[in-house]
Amino acid sequence: MIRFVPRERTPLWLTLAVSVGAGVVALVLTAIPLALSGAPVLQAFLLMAQGAAGSGFAFAETLTRATPLIFTGLAAAVAFRAKLWNIGAEGQLYAGALATVALGAGLLELPPYLLVPIVLIGAALAGAALLLVPVLFKMRFGADEVVVTLLLNFVVLLFVQMMLEGPMKDEMALGWPQSAPVLDEAALPKLVSGLRLHGGLVLAIVCAIALHVLITRTVWGFRIRAVGENARAARYAGLPVGRAMALVGLLSGGLAGLAGASEVAGLKGYLTADLSPGFGYAGIVVATLANLSPLGVIPAAIFIAGVFVGADSMSRAIGVSNYLADLVVALSLLSVLVGGLLARFRIVLVRRETA
Amino acid sequence: MIAPTAPDRPDRTPHHTRPPVLSLSGITKRFGNMVANDAVDLDIRAGEIVALLGENGAGKTTLMSILFGHYVADEGTVHVADAAGRLAPLAGGSAEAALKAGIGMVHQHFTLAENLTGFENIVLGTVPLWRLGFGKAAARSKVARLMRDSGLQADLDVPIGKLSVGEQQRIEILKALYRDVRVLILDEPTAVLTPQEADSLAATVKTLAGKGLAVIFISHKLHEVLALCERVVVLRGGVKVADRPTAGADRATLAELMVGREIPARERMPASLGAPVLRLVGVEVGAPGERDRLEAGDLELNGGEIVGIAGVSGNGQGALAALVAGLKPPRSGLCEIVGQQATRSDPRARLAAGVGRIPEDRHRDGSIGALSVAENYVLETIGSPENQRHGLLRRAAIQARAAQAIRDYDIRCPGPSAPIRALSGGNMQKVVLARVLERAPKLILAHQPTRGLDIGATTDVHRRLLAARERGSGILLISEDLDELFALSDRIAVIHAGHLSPAIEAARLDVRTVGLMMAGHSVGEAA
Amino acid sequence: MWAALDILTQANFWAATLRIATPLIFGVLGALLCERSGVLNLGIEGIFVAGAMSGWLAVYLGLPLWGGVVVAALVGALFGLIHGLLTVPLGLSQHVTGIGVTLLATSLAYFGYRVAFPNVATPPRIEPFPPLDVPLLRDVSFLGPVLGQQTAFTVLAFACVILLAVLLARTPLGLALRAVGDNPEAVEAQGLSVVGLRIGAVMAGSALMALGGAFLTLSAFNAFYFGMINGRGWVCIALTVFASWRPGKALLGALLFGALDAYQLRLQTITGGAVPSQIFLMLPYLFSIAALVLVARRADYPRALMKPYFKGQR
Repeated sequence: MIRFVPRERTPLWLTLAVSVGAGVVALVLTAIPLALSGAPVLQAFLLMAQGAAGSGFAFAETLTRATPLIFTGLAAAVAFRAKLWNIGAEGQLYAGALATVALGAGLLELPPYLLVPIVLIGAALAGAALLLVPVLFKMRFGADEVVVTLLLNFVVLLFVQMMLEGPMKDEMALGWPQSAPVLDEAALPKLVSGLRLHGGLVLAIVCAIALHVLITRTVWGFRIRAVGENARAARYAGLPVGRAMALVGLLSGGLAGLAGASEVAGLKGYLTADLSPGFGYAGIVVATLANLSPLGVIPAAIFIAGVFVGADSMSRAIGVSNYLADLVVALSLLSVLVGGLLARFRIVLVRRETA
Repeated sequence: MIAPTAPDRPDRTPHHTRPPVLSLSGITKRFGNMVANDAVDLDIRAGEIVALLGENGAGKTTLMSILFGHYVADEGTVHVADAAGRLAPLAGGSAEAALKAGIGMVHQHFTLAENLTGFENIVLGTVPLWRLGFGKAAARSKVARLMRDSGLQADLDVPIGKLSVGEQQRIEILKALYRDVRVLILDEPTAVLTPQEADSLAATVKTLAGKGLAVIFISHKLHEVLALCERVVVLRGGVKVADRPTAGADRATLAELMVGREIPARERMPASLGAPVLRLVGVEVGAPGERDRLEAGDLELNGGEIVGIAGVSGNGQGALAALVAGLKPPRSGLCEIVGQQATRSDPRARLAAGVGRIPEDRHRDGSIGALSVAENYVLETIGSPENQRHGLLRRAAIQARAAQAIRDYDIRCPGPSAPIRALSGGNMQKVVLARVLERAPKLILAHQPTRGLDIGATTDVHRRLLAARERGSGILLISEDLDELFALSDRIAVIHAGHLSPAIEAARLDVRTVGLMMAGHSVGEAA
Repeated sequence: MWAALDILTQANFWAATLRIATPLIFGVLGALLCERSGVLNLGIEGIFVAGAMSGWLAVYLGLPLWGGVVVAALVGALFGLIHGLLTVPLGLSQHVTGIGVTLLATSLAYFGYRVAFPNVATPPRIEPFPPLDVPLLRDVSFLGPVLGQQTAFTVLAFACVILLAVLLARTPLGLALRAVGDNPEAVEAQGLSVVGLRIGAVMAGSALMALGGAFLTLSAFNAFYFGMINGRGWVCIALTVFASWRPGKALLGALLFGALDAYQLRLQTITGGAVPSQIFLMLPYLFSIAALVLVARRADYPRALMKPYFKGQR
């Protein structure tokens, strides 16, 4: 019979080992369907690794793909810390992207040092506003935020499609439903010429560090942790539970909104309805892999981005479907959840029979 | 029939000459370094009522949990008599095996599904799950017969959540009887009852034992044990320290056996009253129809005195505590706390007014398990300048003050950074006490401050509360433990069905009077 | 304006209502079975996808239609087993595990489809369940055309409503399921297995969810498309709260939703493009959110929902 004995504290190396181990286990498990499909397993993984980090160019591409994942990973990490189950980062990302185009594609004509911050703040506010609705429903009516945020993802995507076919449609785009391009003054700067890396990555890393400081070093971070771990006791102790939740909603939604701004203003230059291939949902995986630590989100996002970029490149080379990447991501999530038990508990085998 | 072995004609054989129906021998259970049960032997015979007496943490619950398969013993064996009276070993680790062998248990915290009716709870699990029906008619008539034979009455057809605690307990006992148990274990069965309900339970237990049921009665209330049981087994620190007939034993002897030393009488100074710190005039808390609401509360509590609130839980003391703690607003009436009128629910306003709160459930309301001892210590004062500057935590200062509190209050823990959930109940309560007392509160709400604590921790909590009283704090002590109330209170009020009686000097009251008041009699009737 | 009301009198509208409601009936029944036992199953969206894909593939590869139904149910139960093992004995977060199961089931289904059909422009088709053609019913006015358009799969959904209602209300197993979602200790104290009951409920519930997906590919349509589930699973989770975890009300909720969805589709054609179609398409999601918000306060959640239970730890 197996018993879980809670650990008093988890050493850092173990937390790291669990995350890395989960990634490895996920890759191993993925080999099963891969082998069943008749593909050359080792070659496929080798090609994935090369595609993700085999050259400076490949790694830059991985970092580019990691940028929105850092934002959505942070969005999930801060929300889950407070037990606010925001599964709506996908929708909040699109809300941010929409705000970016609304503000940055000609409405305002300002120099970059003004326009870029305005666009970013607008995008963050749009994402935050979208999450505040379910937070309000949760606190006022007790409506489960999981379902509301999930359903809002579909509503927002439809809204984006409507805008792209209507008021925001770019007449120059030959009938494709896409928005007008953002102005050069609103665009995030490129980091290295010839690569797609852009200022969004720097912003994402700054956000991760800022969030780390907020959570571990500030009074509001303390309140967020307290509310997340035991909202009843927090309320009993007179902590402002409602305002802490609202703050978490603002932060989480805002970070997801920034993911949208970064993709539009840093990478694509305009908005389409297929801007995000599930960055919002992948953010949940990133945050869980990072054990909800803001700094851990950065390497976790790079790993997940590497899987996606590597799978794309592998798929082009040997024709194995790049849905393999989604499989790795899903298995990483489940593996790290199970692995998390090892970090939180010591597993003790109890002799004698029966359970 | 209560049990297959129950003879219809009274059995005049003395108990001790009958063979045992349940026999535990050499039971040892360790958790890490702690020995919860150390080579415990226990035999019980048909028709016998045996008390299992011991402090919290003495190993009573562990022993019974082993019997019921929650835990597996490290050493020792359990034998149970089969229908023919032959002892056979009981498989460990399985509640089902215990049930099949004819052992039933009524836990202190009832194991009832509240969305099912009493009848459904009774038949739950008695029919193989693949069957399509219950054989409802036969089951109904069996329950009816059991109710008639035992005198246990309860409404079988409403959801459990709508029954009173006493009725729920009767359903629990019927549940065991329905399975034709030969051994019935009652874990602290009177903790939730008024003294009068407890008397009626005792009568039922005697009836059942008269029909041949063996009963293990777990308690730490000495007078009950002496009144009801024929034999008493005392556990202390996991070891069986006594196994003797109750005849000839008195409370003092049993108490010493249980605690292992003489219990010192508490000394207390006469109260020197200060200004009123809590004044309730016709206060109503909670909407009509809510369980546990305060309908009409009148009370005046001064600095420097302890007023005890007695009552069976669920009669409105939860609402009273929520009002004082700032979790619920008064619906009507006047509520004055430390000179300020309280109209809203606002825990922070209470803290600012100088109210210290010891919540009933320290795990749920009093601490945040994943946060450290230090963080829990500053939970209520995190916004104050000594803990933060410009919104940034003063981590070194917090650690230092927590370390000081750990020394002052003798909190056993690995250090201020250890998560509080790693602490024992007593040490966790000390953190709460330190947090409350550090602010020199004018009014202290102490809601069940020693529930679940061992004797050492209880003594410590009592000592500190009395010391706070001497420093001039007014203390509202809400407790279900009459001994505690009489030991600490200057005055005692009783709460029943939402009505708060006048607070009467403790010296003029006795346990019986308070018991009758807890059951709804007025002071005049009870005295 | 009359045209908008006229929709309600069309047999076609009511037939569509039933067709749209059928997968939701399966989904809500599945979700409520899981939740009645105390386990939230957010794997539902992915299990819909996996059921749709596996049931369809089985038929495409030569199994009879009912064989496809069985395959889908088994695949659903398998994902239910994964969710159950992770959340019940291991006690992992039901929210995050559910999302993980959705991602896993979806990606496996998509990957499997791409392995089977690496390069197809138009999705391959099967011969789906034929409409019921009940000789006597055929000639009844209105009811005839409404019911005549349905398939045996819809009949199965209605049968499941009745079966589940009877199971929960009348049988020893139903009693145990209701009890384990309210107070697992009560179940264990009576000698039943909390883990067994919960995993069993999650597997059976997931099988029902998968049937919801299979209905789409085996009855409503005749092929598997990426993105064809499109949030239907999440809608079911909302409708489960709306249905207060009762099979009868689940049927009602699914039918209401089906009617609304069928109505907006027809309203779209009437308004003839004056209003963007996306507005209409949003309505079902907004309706689900509204339904959830309206009942959430009064909702009588199973008391043990989302609370992991560990034996011997009180």
